Amino acid sequence: MQNITENISTEQRMIDLFKGNIDLIRGNEPESISLLRQKAIETVKTKGFPDITTENWRFTDLDPLLRTVYDFDFTNQSRPFDIEKIFSCDVYDLDTFSVTLLNGWFVYQNAPLTTLKNGTIIGSLSKAMEVYPELVSKYLGKIAPLEQPGLTALNTAFFQDGLFIYVPEDVKVDKPIQLINIVNSERPVMFQPRHLIIQEKDSQLTLVHCDHSLTHNISFTNSVSEAFLAKNAELDFYKIQNKGHNSAVINSSFFSQKQHSKLTSSALTLNGGFTKNIVYSLLEEPECNATHNGLYLVDSNQHVDNQLEVDHAAPNCTSEQLYKGILDDEATAVFSGKIMVRRDAQKTLAYQNNKNILLTDDAKANTQPQLEIYADDVKCSHGATVGQLDQEAMFYLRSRGLNERAARQLLMYAFAAEVVRRISIEPLKERIDHLVEKRLKGELSICDQCMLHCNTKEPTVFNIDVSKL
Amino acid sequence: MLSIKHLKVSINGKTILKDFNLEVKKGEVHAIMGPNGTGKSTLASVIAGRDLFDVDEGSITYMGHDLLEMDPEIRAREGIFLGFQYPVEIPGVSMANFMRTAINEKRKYLGLEPLSGAEFLKLMENRKKLVDIHSKLTNRSVNEGFSGGEKKKNEIFQMAMLEPKLAILDETDSGLDIDAMKVVAHGVNKLRSPENSTILITHYQRLLDYIVPDYVHVLYDGRIVKSGGKELAFELEDKGYEWIRKEAGVQEAI
Repeated sequence: MQNITENISTEQRMIDLFKGNIDLIRGNEPESISLLRQKAIETVKTKGFPDITTENWRFTDLDPLLRTVYDFDFTNQSRPFDIEKIFSCDVYDLDTFSVTLLNGWFVYQNAPLTTLKNGTIIGSLSKAMEVYPELVSKYLGKIAPLEQPGLTALNTAFFQDGLFIYVPEDVKVDKPIQLINIVNSERPVMFQPRHLIIQEKDSQLTLVHCDHSLTHNISFTNSVSEAFLAKNAELDFYKIQNKGHNSAVINSSFFSQKQHSKLTSSALTLNGGFTKNIVYSLLEEPECNATHNGLYLVDSNQHVDNQLEVDHAAPNCTSEQLYKGILDDEATAVFSGKIMVRRDAQKTLAYQNNKNILLTDDAKANTQPQLEIYADDVKCSHGATVGQLDQEAMFYLRSRGLNERAARQLLMYAFAAEVVRRISIEPLKERIDHLVEKRLKGELSICDQCMLHCNTKEPTVFNIDVSKL
Repeated sequence: MLSIKHLKVSINGKTILKDFNLEVKKGEVHAIMGPNGTGKSTLASVIAGRDLFDVDEGSITYMGHDLLEMDPEIRAREGIFLGFQYPVEIPGVSMANFMRTAINEKRKYLGLEPLSGAEFLKLMENRKKLVDIHSKLTNRSVNEGFSGGEKKKNEIFQMAMLEPKLAILDETDSGLDIDAMKVVAHGVNKLRSPENSTILITHYQRLLDYIVPDYVHVLYDGRIVKSGGKELAFELEDKGYEWIRKEAGVQEAI
């Protein structure tokens, strides 16, 4: 645990922290990773952090977050424990292989690394760097940009642990792997988890990543994931965020796809004080397909920002982005979705759509679709809407006996359902469906799944108030 | 059952219905005919409670209550059903979920226990047969991807589920081929009873070959200009609306 003073710049503070704890941070990692860290801290030093004059950060102000002084845990404070004693996941019907991160550190339930019968390796990234240094070095940092100002560089300098998955050639991991990322601390803390997913040729994987906070204290999670899909690989990636008002999450996911691979990523933000999801999706070789779905349901003064870039670098690839949000109270949402079609990416099909429903005059949605096309034989489209519920549909439902509130709830639910029904795992779809329904009825609390007795007696219930429509 | 007196309705300052009068008693079937743009659909919407329209004058009494004071959902629960001319597509809401919510809201209003899942499914299967619907409605969204004919059948299906006292079918025959129309008519006839009433709004006489009305009214320029028995429909079919126009002494509206 480190305490730091506030009268120096955030960059300098981070650099000092890095220097002061370099041995703890490095642990038993290979030399190549240590070199990456050096480069990354150089970026922090020379380029600093984005501010509201940076294009993709115009509507999301990092400054208050960065000015807060956080503690860092450079050693794993978590003891082996039975996660089910304090937390039960809401997606319990799902038969998953589940792993837990507590405050950014892998929780060793059995072993730090598990090798399944089919050869799949799942476990702690920290341990993987020790046991499989070559494998980790080959991929880590290869798609997450180190030179750009921002939090990816910070994460690369500081990360110590996270989830590591390796799926060998031809292996179809039949059970979804579920990562439960829990934040529970009495102090304001910053976490920098790092996840690495490597899929060999013809492999299949489903990963469900759940973010929860079990505390009302201030926390800042700056996580980075990198996923590499080899030829014909398929990845179904879900991110479910249900966090407290005082939690801030910047979550950057980088995907790289080789020929004929298929990626489906879904980001479902049910609650989160301050959330920014950054996605960079590179279609590196021909015939890839990437689908990015998103749903955000926010109220009070929550802020959610989804920044996507789908980069078509090869011909005959298809991509789709569908992001939908419902905003209540003074909630704000940002969507900036970019489709980049490079010169060689002929026959690209790329679609993007962002739809928002605002329930109050104070709620705000900023949506910025961007197309950058350098090939001439492509089909791309984008659309964005900010509006209210369809009055014709409202009347239709009411004319069948549904009161205004029930009709609104049903329509909001239907609005969200367009995203939810794209979920391909049936039990997960049902659970998410149920969570969304609860959320819209104001029955979902962040304390729903928690059995800890934290410092608040009453659970925090978020409520999208339909009567305001 | 329904008594409309001196009803004057406008939208954005433009008068659509002028001094409209209609009495519908229990068990009766009334057909309201007339050329396009004379206010037929407006009448249907006003009875169902659409708030786009302004009721400037007159009254509508339903089962002894002032209908205009009721919210649309209360009208529905009290037994009024509007079969829409253009049923709305609602992606993401399953037909089954929608109907179950609607039925149970009505039952709650009437002080009845909600239908159990099994009871509901049984009722739904039974009513589907009535209108020749074979698809599983449990996983289909309301009207989404339905053909024109399916949408109209779906309206009659909903009517069969909700068992209204007064059904207003707005151009339910439009856009239907003869087979689909027979199915729709069969459904309506099956649901006819001495206890409930129907208002058929139609442009053509052909629907009335299958659903025989007790009364036929001709709506022209916002008011009923002629009323009669079912034979009036045949006369209209023979002579067209021009005849009515002349007889009513209404000026051709341009």
